[in-house]
Amino acid sequence: MPRTPLPIYVLLALGAVALAVYPLFGDVFYVRLVAKVMVLAIFAMSLDLLVGYAGLVSFGHAAFFGVGAYATAALIAKAGIADMAIILPVVLVAAAVAALVIGWFSIRTSGIYFIMITLAFAQMLYFFFHDLPFWWGADGVNLPRRGLPRLAFGDTVILDLSDRTVFYYVALACLVLAFALLTIILRSPFGRVIVGIRVNENRVRALGYNVQNYKLVAFVIAGTLAGFAGFLEASRTAFVAPAHLSWHESGLVLVIVLLGGMGTLYGPILGAFVLVMLEDWVSGITEFWLLVMGLFVILVVLFLPNGIAGLVSTLAQRLRPPKPDVGKPVEREVEAADV
Amino acid sequence: MSDVILETDGLSRTFGALVAVDGVTLSFRRGQVHAIIGPNGAGKTTLINLLSGELPPSAGTIKLRGRDITRAKADEVSLLGVGRSFQKTNIFQSFTCFENCWLGAQSRLPTSMRFFRPASVYREVEARARRAIELCGLTHRCDTPAGAMSYGEQRQLEIGMMLATEPELLLLDEPLAGMGSEEAVQVVELLKRLAADHTLILIEHDMDAVFAVADLLTVMVNGRVLETGTVEQIRASKAVREAYLGDEEGGGH
Repeated sequence: MPRTPLPIYVLLALGAVALAVYPLFGDVFYVRLVAKVMVLAIFAMSLDLLVGYAGLVSFGHAAFFGVGAYATAALIAKAGIADMAIILPVVLVAAAVAALVIGWFSIRTSGIYFIMITLAFAQMLYFFFHDLPFWWGADGVNLPRRGLPRLAFGDTVILDLSDRTVFYYVALACLVLAFALLTIILRSPFGRVIVGIRVNENRVRALGYNVQNYKLVAFVIAGTLAGFAGFLEASRTAFVAPAHLSWHESGLVLVIVLLGGMGTLYGPILGAFVLVMLEDWVSGITEFWLLVMGLFVILVVLFLPNGIAGLVSTLAQRLRPPKPDVGKPVEREVEAADV
Repeated sequence: MSDVILETDGLSRTFGALVAVDGVTLSFRRGQVHAIIGPNGAGKTTLINLLSGELPPSAGTIKLRGRDITRAKADEVSLLGVGRSFQKTNIFQSFTCFENCWLGAQSRLPTSMRFFRPASVYREVEARARRAIELCGLTHRCDTPAGAMSYGEQRQLEIGMMLATEPELLLLDEPLAGMGSEEAVQVVELLKRLAADHTLILIEHDMDAVFAVADLLTVMVNGRVLETGTVEQIRASKAVREAYLGDEEGGGH
């Protein structure tokens, strides 16, 4: 079972602190870019639950991201609702229902068929938003910045996502919370079952687990979290378009998971940072930046099979003094078996 | 016949034109060790796959404790108290020995759809997993990744995982497959211990092992039941000698 070494948690905590203080001195452009990365990281983490833990390679995960974004846009632009206490539940339910329906069909397949069916569903939703006049067509919709989601208590506005600094810290808090939530879920009995499914689905079934149900629940959890990321993205850019559901977007988030290291929750976070920052850097140097990005992805996949997280993990392990009893199989504490 | 735990009636399974299991009618009595022997390709593993719900039958019925389970899936059969071990080692290679058994033991929680408390707080699961590890003799290997254990130990774990689900009826598909003689002795001892309070349905090629533990033998040839009887009856049977045992003397199979 995958375990996260302690030094990694220390590094992650330091990283969270660094992100928290960054806006105090950082360049405005990069503060906004980091906000984008954090939203993308939540989206990628949600996909990692499927790809890296349950072994379900979804190529249509942007569908839920888009449903979350469009649900947010509809409430703001069509109904004039800015209250987060209304928007959030609607977004989460919409994404969960979409994931339940798509998942119900998709988990009946596996391997390449699973990839294709999730892609097909995402394309259907893409054209649903693209072609139906109600959804503003191919160009999408700009949301009024003053109408962006806010959380108020009586007349006092507690959180106003149209304020970029507020948004930054909300996104950071959500990233930390999403990481914590998924960590807790993966340690639970449910988490053990889905990891078992990835390793040996047939045996998990033989042990008495209804594998389909566990896959479906994992799919719905991942889809709901992706929908939440879509809500954040709509609030960040005040813009929603069919591109949010495009297969490019599904592919991008899959690349982030692979690049960062699937099967670790911090991998997708690292992947999102590296990909976006690299893209920003390389596109400033050459107009052939997409070529360079492609080369980079190929190199990582070839030489870092566990992604950037694998590299970080190896380095972190070296920080610890080697255990004297390595290689000697002895009984250890129960805690050692925990994830 | 209240002491029949499992019975099949006209059980068949075809793969295209091949009839792997052909009208098998058998009853297995509670508390007995019932071995199924037969040459390769006789349909023994397919029969186990039908009994465990791994494969749906093409025809016939299966009853467990008088209840029809013909259409039950593998997970449902497991929850009814039927454990199954595989001929081809089917463990979680990247998990430790303890984690392998944990997953078996956890399946006996009313549900594993529990999301917020760490799995480790479920002490009854841990206790079940530890009991299973102890039973199959791997206590010293608790925290060793399964993939790093010897082949014989992996075979023991294969049984241990099944035991962690606390089954009443065990379907064992060649538990001694590929084992050295020393390791085989250990597993035969384990089978004898299990026989004290379980019902065993055992497929095995190792005749010494079969004769040592089985109360009843069924010989299968070409998907059909040739004969069922005690060890002595089977040894004395002319048909069996011709179809199977004689085969071995004439150069093996």
